[in-house]
Amino acid sequence: MKILIKGARVIDPANNTDDVRDILIDGAKILKVEKTIAAQADNIIDAKGKIVMPGIVDMHAHLREPGREDKETIASATTAALRGGVTSILAMPNTSPCIDSAESIELLKNIIRKTAQMNVFMCGAITKNRLGKELSDITGLEKFGAVAISDDGASVDSDEIMKEAMQHAKKKNILVLCHCEDKSLSADGVVNFGFTSTRLGLKGISRESEYKRAQRDIRLAEETGARLHITHVSCAETIEFIRQAKKSGIKVTADVTPHHMCLDEEAVLEYDPNFKMNPPLRGKEDLAAIKQALKDGTIDAIATDHAPHTENEKEIEFDRAEFGVIGFETILSVAITELVATGVLSWPELVKKLSYNPAVILKVNKGALAPGHDADITVVSPDKEWQVTKEGFASISKNSAFLEKKLKGVVEYTIVSGKIAYQRG
Amino acid sequence: MNTRKTIVWTKKDLLGLEYLSRQEIELILSTAESFKEVTTRQIKKVPALRGKTVVNLFYEPSTRTRVSFEVAAKRLSADVINISTETSSVKKGETLVDTGKNIEALKVDTIIMRHNCSGAAAMLARHVSASVINAGDGWHEHPTQALLDMFTLKEKLGRIEGLKVSIAGDIAHSRVARSNIWGLIKLGAEVTVCAPKILIPPGIEKMGVKVTNNIDEALAGADAVNVLRMQFERDQSNAFPKQLEYFKTFGVTRERLKKAKKDIVVMHPGPINRGIEMSSEVADGANSVILEQVTNGIAVRMAVLFLVAQANERLKNENTD
Amino acid sequence: MDFTEKAKIMDHEAIGRSITRMAHEILEKNKNTKTLCLIGIRNRGVFIARRLADSIENINGQKVPVGVLDITMYRDDISNGSAQPVMHKTQIDFNISKKNIVLVDDVLYTGRTIRAALDALIDFGRPKSTQLAVLVDRGHRELPIRADFAGKNMPTAENESVEVRLKETDKIDEVVLMEQKK
Repeated sequence: MKILIKGARVIDPANNTDDVRDILIDGAKILKVEKTIAAQADNIIDAKGKIVMPGIVDMHAHLREPGREDKETIASATTAALRGGVTSILAMPNTSPCIDSAESIELLKNIIRKTAQMNVFMCGAITKNRLGKELSDITGLEKFGAVAISDDGASVDSDEIMKEAMQHAKKKNILVLCHCEDKSLSADGVVNFGFTSTRLGLKGISRESEYKRAQRDIRLAEETGARLHITHVSCAETIEFIRQAKKSGIKVTADVTPHHMCLDEEAVLEYDPNFKMNPPLRGKEDLAAIKQALKDGTIDAIATDHAPHTENEKEIEFDRAEFGVIGFETILSVAITELVATGVLSWPELVKKLSYNPAVILKVNKGALAPGHDADITVVSPDKEWQVTKEGFASISKNSAFLEKKLKGVVEYTIVSGKIAYQRG
Repeated sequence: MNTRKTIVWTKKDLLGLEYLSRQEIELILSTAESFKEVTTRQIKKVPALRGKTVVNLFYEPSTRTRVSFEVAAKRLSADVINISTETSSVKKGETLVDTGKNIEALKVDTIIMRHNCSGAAAMLARHVSASVINAGDGWHEHPTQALLDMFTLKEKLGRIEGLKVSIAGDIAHSRVARSNIWGLIKLGAEVTVCAPKILIPPGIEKMGVKVTNNIDEALAGADAVNVLRMQFERDQSNAFPKQLEYFKTFGVTRERLKKAKKDIVVMHPGPINRGIEMSSEVADGANSVILEQVTNGIAVRMAVLFLVAQANERLKNENTD
Repeated sequence: MDFTEKAKIMDHEAIGRSITRMAHEILEKNKNTKTLCLIGIRNRGVFIARRLADSIENINGQKVPVGVLDITMYRDDISNGSAQPVMHKTQIDFNISKKNIVLVDDVLYTGRTIRAALDALIDFGRPKSTQLAVLVDRGHRELPIRADFAGKNMPTAENESVEVRLKETDKIDEVVLMEQKK
């Protein structure tokens, strides 16, 4: 089975390509990327005026299966992700059962094999049941394919346990992905601590709760030599610590979510729980710092933190609503609208954040379009506009922070392992 | 002659004073003056909301606010239904939105809601076409309390603009404080909040207030002081010494008032903890307008009920046109 | 709805003459001025009531009390949403029971305002009689209500309206016939 994509603007930061090219796919791999390819193919995609990029590698997502199939399944999540131009996902371990052992990861692996429509990489838990008390079986997790460990949704409070985890991770050469939050400082807050929490009469989540924990994790990464990835960065101080750590050669990388890179705390003023997330939306200065960090490379990647929740858990009193929003189907369009159209990032820089860098950080063979690479490709109409609606989502859950927004950029095709997995209807 | 530019009330809900313009607040206050006249008549009832149904939906126990709204609605000839957590299905795990929609299915025109979660009124208002009046949501707002406080102040002192008003008590956890601050600032008063440091919420200065931790400073030169209820019941641990301690450092007493303006207006949203935030002498003294606040509450709530009902009718007619 | 001016019906002098004539008629019908009270309906009815009281005082030297009635809370059109009045205070500082009340308004049209005013009055007491004085009666009644005293009877079409302008509110005394633009 051969696919020929013709006449697109091909953006492949791995090979410094940003030019009109044809791409020939043979089987699961890319065969050729050249100015003009005159080969026979089973399927020819005329992609004039479109952008072709390596499929998005989303290194932070909650697929909810096993355990909460009412919110999302691996089948529905990957269907949704395809529509958003995503071809690889890193699945967080906070499922039921928690992915903290060889048995649980094998269970997950089986579901992925049977129902996933794309590459789903697995992230194991750092501690058993993510309780922060006892290390999980990191060796077993790695053996069954975990590429990273994380207690995402929580952070390991004990310095000793965290250090030990990093030492294991270093030995197995897997990534340690950290949700930085010191619960003793964030307590049961629900919005940014400060004027916003005061104004809304809600409990605040302080910035310290994030950056102090980031500081600690960076210190431990330095001590252990583990590869640390700080996920969903939300405040300026955290960014500054990461910037300094990078300068001094510590192996730390970071991502930001689409919502944290374009919304600030004022979005919460109407108490819409679709703006309730952890970490919370922060101030305007933080938003500016995030954009700057995306520009200067302090933030390496954009990841959704796709967190589906049912209406019963989300469309309720703000205090009681679950944290988090879905993101697969809007990540690319939000990034185009908020970063490229506004001049924060160029197209090649954006593709780096969405595809190339996360693949490098996870050490997976993705995120590039060179011959011999996996044929995971996204074809986009960069200027076409669309409106986000609940009805339009393929995710089972509809809790998006971008409902009713008009966005730029429509995914036309998503190709996974050389097969057209999604084509816009 | 009244030269004020007439403005029209267009909001179906009253969620908080933060969301109102100065003109809208003034419209409520002037409408309340008309209703206050009604409360002085022998026949204290007008047919303005005849045939309308008003529901008091209370997720938190409250006698005074609920009764005040009930009296107000009845004096407007509306039918009133009271629903409290003890008697409703809310305990059975029904969501707020479902409860709201079920109430609306009874063809109710206005829902007055008290809820312990900040933002609950906004959530309800988004999901029902009935008018929603916030009767207190968490620590967020209690707009009708602040409106009746301002009405009383205006009645006593003739104006709000330029007045120095201090608010003393647990500012951090007080919806009464927030609503008063928004309203008073919009109407041009100078507002000072006074509390122990831990009860001053972060960034409060951005609302336009001064902050002090000294009650004498808050009283000095003030035209009025609004003393909030200290809710020690939320912190049971050795509450008693704390209460005494609070009274010593922050309690409004006759001695402290001697150093204030002679005719300083003393307000309290009730119920009073005598001997904690305020001494009995002050509560019952010449400067106190606490009972007048209760009376004015009826007029202010009649005005709010009337205005939102009228605006909602207009909205519905526009939609069917 | 856009209205344009069609014709001037009354000027300052004509309004003055009508008020004087109505004052005489009121006195003729209400020989005992001790029980006579005027109640003006907000807004312009109030000023016409005050002018009538002044005129009565000029005629016989008697001061007749004037009350102010705001009928917003008694209107029957809140439910169709067309009402958007700003409410003002009602001020009736005298007991109306056993009195002969003359309600005063600027224009009598459907009669609904007067219906509301009658309802409102009942809440204040039980007058011996209630009469109605209007500066202009333009017809088109929707209720069995008529004016006892009218400054001017002015037959109008449905697409017309009558606007009373008074010095106290509009800086000029005049009554104008308005026509709705088609």
